[in-house]
Amino acid sequence: MVRELKITPIKNGTVIDHIGNGLALEVLRIIGIKELDKDSTVSIALHVRSGKIGWKDMVKVENMELSPRKVNAIALLAPTATISIIRDYRVQEKRSVDLPERIFGIVKCPNPSCISNQSEPVESQFHVLRRGPVVLSCAYCERQVDEFLKHLA
Amino acid sequence: MALKGRDLVSIRDLSPREITDLLSASRKMIPIAEGKKSSNALAGKIVAMAFFEPSTRTRLSFETAVQRLGGRCITIADSGISSMKKGESLYDTVRMLSSYSDAIVIRHPNEGAARLAADASDKPVINAGDGAGQHPTQALLDLATMREAFGTLAGLKVVLLGDLKYGRTVHSLAYALGILGAELVLASPPALRLPDESRSELDQLGVKITEEPDVSRAVRDADVLYVTRIQKERFPDEGEYRKVAGSYRIDASVLASAKPRLIVMHPLPRAGEIDPEVDRTPHAAYFREAFLAVPVRMALLTGVLGAKAG
Repeated sequence: MVRELKITPIKNGTVIDHIGNGLALEVLRIIGIKELDKDSTVSIALHVRSGKIGWKDMVKVENMELSPRKVNAIALLAPTATISIIRDYRVQEKRSVDLPERIFGIVKCPNPSCISNQSEPVESQFHVLRRGPVVLSCAYCERQVDEFLKHLA
Repeated sequence: MALKGRDLVSIRDLSPREITDLLSASRKMIPIAEGKKSSNALAGKIVAMAFFEPSTRTRLSFETAVQRLGGRCITIADSGISSMKKGESLYDTVRMLSSYSDAIVIRHPNEGAARLAADASDKPVINAGDGAGQHPTQALLDLATMREAFGTLAGLKVVLLGDLKYGRTVHSLAYALGILGAELVLASPPALRLPDESRSELDQLGVKITEEPDVSRAVRDADVLYVTRIQKERFPDEGEYRKVAGSYRIDASVLASAKPRLIVMHPLPRAGEIDPEVDRTPHAAYFREAFLAVPVRMALLTGVLGAKAG
């Protein structure tokens, strides 16, 4: 049987696999398209069968390795995701994302009166109250956030 | 009590044991607060009062507490005349104050301001109210008032009446009463019910809570009626405020069905929620509550500054 490649391999870059179904575009938003190398190709696979999580999304980004902050942000959105670093077509490193106990700068507090939304020289800061589903609590005003997709900084 | 060097931003920063220890320490401060005994426990200490929102009782009781213990205060009492008017951040202002003083007491209109101040300061920070957020020292003095009247907090039935949504005193108080074993009766207009977050936290702690919007029925077998002011400044729009303003008033007829030992409390200022005729009844505890602010804040300042009381 001829194997069909729906997404072509990349020489160097990052593969984010096992993203929850329908969340690939949000993951891409976190990665930040503007920061990509102008010659980089971004491949997105939506609604792909997965033995692990039923249906999944996948993102491949050429010539980019993610900062720890971006990995944390992806962990927030897609706790089941795996991240593979590709160098010269080979997987150099593969790991699951891990949600830290504190999240800095990724989510904006939804409380307009929170001090973190004023002109203070501090970044937003949240404690992870619960992990499944994820619930955050603002480290400043203690406001709880569960629908954080709407509040990405 | 290991409070030395610690911040008090939220009532959650204190364990039940630390709260009861503070209440016991504050009882010993009463003769000093009344001027019957002198103390130099805070001699040589400077406490910064950073009040970026109007306050009468809270600021004056903190200043009285410092001065009764022989300490001194430096005060920002109006953000309009401070360098914040020139655009200085709260963070920078607090950094500066922490280098001038031994502790900072802060009131600010934005929620979370005291936590930010605590991060910015290397000296203890005490939250004296941050927007609609926390007001832990008010909760402490409320607890002190109840404990003085009944000798205990466990098992007391406390009616929380009024603005349970925006009223910052209530959120801190409800939590503290809950962890100390009191039973809560929530009596509020539907639009001002306790936020779901606070309610579910109390439920998780196993606090016994009932809701009774009819205040005459709520007070019938209660020990404490805690009345709050509906605060116009906390409402996002005036229309919402008008709908609920003046929706309850405590007078002799409401208290007719209450137990003789019921105490009526209010963080003050009142704005028509309690008829002055209640002042002349044995139920009125709100002026005693205002006085107890001084010994409670004395006990707290002594604790965080590591000073020896007496």
